Parts: sequence; structure tokens; C-alpha cells
Amino acid sequence: MVTTYLEKESTEQTIQTTVQLHMEHILKVHNLEIFYGEKRAVNGISMDIEKNSITALIGPSGCGKSTFLRSVNRMNDLIPGARAQGEIIYEDLNILSKQINVVALRKEIGMVFQKPNPFPKSIYENITHALKFSGLKKKSQLDELVEESLQKAALWDEVKDRLHKSALSLSGGQQQRLCIARTIAMKPTVMLLDEPSSALDPISNAKVEDLIVELKKDYSIIIVTHNMQQASRISDKTAFFLSGDLIEYDATEKIFTNPSVKKTEEYISGRFG
Amino acid sequence: MQICIYPIMTYFRGVWCIMEKIIPAKERLIKSSKNRMDGELRGKILVILCAVIMISATISITIFLGTKGLQSFIKNGVSLIEFLTSTHWNPTNQANPEYGALPFIFGSFAVTFLAALIAAPLGIGAAIFMTEIAPSWGRKILQPVVELLVGIPSVVYGFIGLTVLVPFVRAHVGGLGFSLLSGMIVLSVMILPTITSIATDAMGSLPKYLREGSYALGATRWQTIRKVLIPAALPGLLTAVVLGMARAFGEALAVQMVIGNVRNLPSSILDASATLTTIITLNMGHTTYGSVENNTLWSMGLILLVMSFAFILLIRYLSSRRKL
Repeated sequence: MVTTYLEKESTEQTIQTTVQLHMEHILKVHNLEIFYGEKRAVNGISMDIEKNSITALIGPSGCGKSTFLRSVNRMNDLIPGARAQGEIIYEDLNILSKQINVVALRKEIGMVFQKPNPFPKSIYENITHALKFSGLKKKSQLDELVEESLQKAALWDEVKDRLHKSALSLSGGQQQRLCIARTIAMKPTVMLLDEPSSALDPISNAKVEDLIVELKKDYSIIIVTHNMQQASRISDKTAFFLSGDLIEYDATEKIFTNPSVKKTEEYISGRFG
Repeated sequence: MQICIYPIMTYFRGVWCIMEKIIPAKERLIKSSKNRMDGELRGKILVILCAVIMISATISITIFLGTKGLQSFIKNGVSLIEFLTSTHWNPTNQANPEYGALPFIFGSFAVTFLAALIAAPLGIGAAIFMTEIAPSWGRKILQPVVELLVGIPSVVYGFIGLTVLVPFVRAHVGGLGFSLLSGMIVLSVMILPTITSIATDAMGSLPKYLREGSYALGATRWQTIRKVLIPAALPGLLTAVVLGMARAFGEALAVQMVIGNVRNLPSSILDASATLTTIITLNMGHTTYGSVENNTLWSMGLILLVMSFAFILLIRYLSSRRKL
């Protein structure tokens, strides 16, 4: 299926009206509004996320980019009073629908947070933790998946001799790659990264960035970042958010060299934000 | 300084400079009798005094209880082994007095552990309900309930136990009603608030990112609670249980009213029993100060003190294991 959608007034039509294009879209966001109680944090944004690419979300703090990211795997459900309207279409399903099993959804749309948050358990258990919930019990299978995901997260060589040591003994950068590894182990299709390297030192940051680019082959990645260089280095498309609005969404190169909206240029050149 | 010599740009700046000129740095900054921090010293002495009083009270009680408690063994020649292992308590027998406190030691431990057995799951369950399941309305209801339970005096617990629980046990479970079972139920209600409130703190202080990390991997709420939150909060939860047990171990009045106070080692949960605390409260009034029996009561007090030290050590050990 090689399709994209054209924006239309009616949402039903939107789902049906698809046009052949080069790029496949994994997520189609249409008129998404997110509220915290009475306060509207995201004002009706629409954007398509490309498959096997990195989409960066940039914008000043409180602009709604993290809120948007957290709505994609329904993490906002955990916040009392948060609700979302509109559509996020994932394989022809609106994942904001009440009928969605959020637990199953989060296995397919994984998330890595700003602060490395390994469980206070061993490195091995951090990865098998969620696998066991999905019913995987056989040790050989678990061992295999642990190695595979640690390999993919470029952490295997550093930790293979101490898999059963506490994950908290790792450095911050290693912890973050472990968190990426345990998300990979679930074999998601989409990975949401919420400022994954902002709490890390420059060297760990570089490693995590390399890893993200490497992961693009297998996953569709959406990354929230405050680091403009990071967005321009690793992402294919960039979306600029401001006070809950999607100001501009285009190829990263275009956004950073020749943005069509003045606000975008001002933010990128550091005149506000 | 340079600026101040020339009188100056703004009025305020000028005032500031004049003030600075009047008092030289030497007088302003070097310690002297004039600017000695008297209030500071008084405050320091006051809080040191408070600390010293508390520490010396604790040490005096320990020393006093130690010397009094050991007298029965040293001065009166009661065998320590007999005291700790014999089940025969008969201090008033003139010809052949016996001082076996084992039934009471056993009774104390039995009601404590049994009470913890009931109160720990209930308290931890309530804590999880308040922090994880219904943080808003659950807490709003349970918090005052817990506080109310703390506020009820122990004599009231005992009174309710005596008038409601004892007849109930007698009618529906069996035995006299005065039993280990009644004691354990009353105690478990009494230590429930302690366990609940400390367990709630332990669960509530878990960082938010632990929950998010687990949910983001597709874990359900129950899986997250069972596999991530409870293990992470375990030292805190155990501390809650141990503190509850410490309270149960030292409780006298309420237990005394429902446990029956007999000298025999109970053979079942429905048998009447006695604890160290109930024997002390029952007998301290009618034994002469300095008599052997009175001294053995002090020895029981010493056991209580030693046990409370043990509980404190256990709590310290547990909190040092807290990882997060």
C-alpha cells in the first residue's frame, strides 16, 4: 500500500480518499485536539508521518509537541482530565477510539522518555520484563531476544558480561540505550522518543543519535527534541509547533534552510523560544 | 568604590554610597562584641538542649531498665534459661516459685505476627488503591478513615473488642472468646493505619517515570503494580509492616482486655493467652517493689526494649536498601 491522503472536510471521506504517492505513511493525524481539563494544549493539527523515517518535532517548551507525542500511544490516558479529539489513523484504525486496547497499542507503538527510566532490576530483566507480560516464557527465546535487542541498541558489547547486574549501575547514556533496547524487544512498528538524549552528555548523545538513525531501517520514529542541531542532523521531516499549533511541517532540509513561515525561521535562528 | 567618591547619578545610588562610607568594612564584617550573633547562639543552645534532654532520657531509661531487668537474674538468682524457656509461671508459690516467661514471650510474638499477617495485606492493598487505582477519590475517602483510626484511643479498641468481638468469637468460632484470635483482630485494626499510611508514602514516592516506563511497554496496570511498583517499593513496604509490628508488640491495654491473660502456652488460636505487656500491666500494681516477682516484670520490660531495638535495627537495614 503506497498511499497518502488529501485533506478533506469530512473525516469519513478522508479515510477513503487516498492518492498514490512515493512515500508510505504509517500514521495520519487529522484535526487532532488535545485538552487538559478545560485547557486546550493542541489545536487541531493534521500531519502524516512517513514510514521508516525520522520525524522531528521542535518548538519551545509548552508548545504541545510532547503532548502530541504522548497521544500517539495513548500515554495521556494516564493523566487525569486529559482527552483527545480528532483522529490518528494507524493501519486504517483511529487509535484514539475508545475501542482501542491501549495495552496492545503500546506494544506496537513504543516510547522512550527524556529521563532514562530503567526498572530497578537487572539489565536482563529490564528487557524480559515486558516480554514476559506478552506471554513469552521460554528462556532460550528470551535470551535470544535480549541479545538481539541489545545488539540493535548498540549496547551488547558493553553489557554482555554483566547482564544480571542492576541496570542502575549503568551510565546515563547506557541506561537510555537500555530503555531503547527494551522498547525494541517488543518489536514495535513506531517508536516515540521524547527528548531521548537531552539528559545525556555529548558523547552519549552522539551514540544515541547514531542509534536512532540506525533504527530508521526497521522502525518509524517520531522524536521530540529541543536540540536544533539534533533535529537537522538526524531527521527526515521536521514539524515546528508553537502554542499548540502546527506552524510548519516539511522536509528537514527545507525547514532548516528555507522555511516558508517567518515564525519558523525566527525560532530556528534562535530569535525566540 | 571608585564611583562613590563622585556624587552621583541617582539619588538612591547616592544614599547607598553614603551609608557605605559611614560604616567601614572592618566594622561591618569583622566579628566583634557589637555584631556578635547573640540570637544565633541562643537558638543554638536551645535546640542543643532539646536534643540533649531527649538523648539523655532515652539513655537513662535504657540503663534503668537494663539494671532493673537484670536484677532478677543477678541478685535473685532466677535462671535466664528458665526465664526464657520454661512454660511454668508461678512466682507466688512460696515453696517452689517458678519463673518461666515463655508463654508470655510466645504470646507477644504470636499476636504480633498474626496481627501483621492480617494488617499487612490490607494496609498495603489500601495503599495501592490510594496511590494507583483511585488517587483522587480513593484517597479522599481513605485518608480521613486512616487518620480517624489512629486517633481512637487503645482503651476504646479494647472496649469494643471486649463487648463485640469476644462474644462474637465465643458464639461463632468457639472457645471462651478471650483468645489469641481476638487479640490479633483488635491489634490488626490498631496497626492498620500505621501500615497504610507508611505504605502509601512508600508507593507515592515512587518516581512517575517508573510507571510510565512500564505502561509504555504495553504492561497493564496490574502487571505494572505487581512487577514494577511493589518490588521497587518493597523496602518501604516492609518498613511499614515492621513499624506496625513494633506497635503491636508494645500494645498493652487493648490486648489485655480481650486476650484472657492466662499463664499457659496456648495450643490453638482460640485459646486464651497473655503477652509480656499484659502481664506487666496486670501485676505491677500488686507486687512489692524489689521483690523477685516485681524484678521479673522488669525483666519482661527489658525484653520489650530489646525487641524494640531489634525492630529499629530492622527498619534501618530496610531503609538502607532503598534504591530509588
